[in-house]
Amino acid sequence: MSVAILEWSLFAAQIMLGIGMLATLYRMVVGPRAQDRILALDALYVVALLLLVTLGIRTNSQVYFELAMLIGLLGFVGTVALAKFLMRGEVIE
Amino acid sequence: MINDLPLWLSILVSAFVVFGALLTMAGCIGLIRLDRFYQRLHAPTMGTSMGGGLILLASAIYFTVTRERLVVHEMAIFIFVTVTTPVTLMLLARATLFRDRVEGKDGIPVRGISGQR
Repeated sequence: MSVAILEWSLFAAQIMLGIGMLATLYRMVVGPRAQDRILALDALYVVALLLLVTLGIRTNSQVYFELAMLIGLLGFVGTVALAKFLMRGEVIE
Repeated sequence: MINDLPLWLSILVSAFVVFGALLTMAGCIGLIRLDRFYQRLHAPTMGTSMGGGLILLASAIYFTVTRERLVVHEMAIFIFVTVTTPVTLMLLARATLFRDRVEGKDGIPVRGISGQR
């Protein structure tokens, strides 16, 4: 009973996070200018991180935590590099 | 999945996860629905602050109870994301402002109280 409640609510949460990822993908494909695409990519990183955390609760394993941490670290660096590129035209001066 | 869980744990974790996912989805849909870039910049922060916080808190509670020891390393992700999101979005907004001024577009946000842009 209690496992079924957790299972179905995790399923619903994953569906909702998937809809969110589709929304960010739409903005990344359509988005009129480069900064819209970078913003959508940043949001996509965060939603993928949360999806991995819910997957970790679902499969009762803590391996996914490290993947989520890695996505968080690399997403920050990637977005900062892209924003710097938009501002200066090059990443490392 | 394990076989038996206490009912209160299941309901608590379910409520946190579903509410967090709902907030994150609302932020991502706001990314589609808002019109201008400077408005869209605000939308995904719902997912990075409250939505992510609730999902990571649910994960911490779940593993603390099922593993029977204190598991709080999800809070490391939360602290890191909360600290870095304003930095990245501020940089992105500055870059966009720079590009819009160079191109002479209108619709740039007005000068702030401090007089610096």
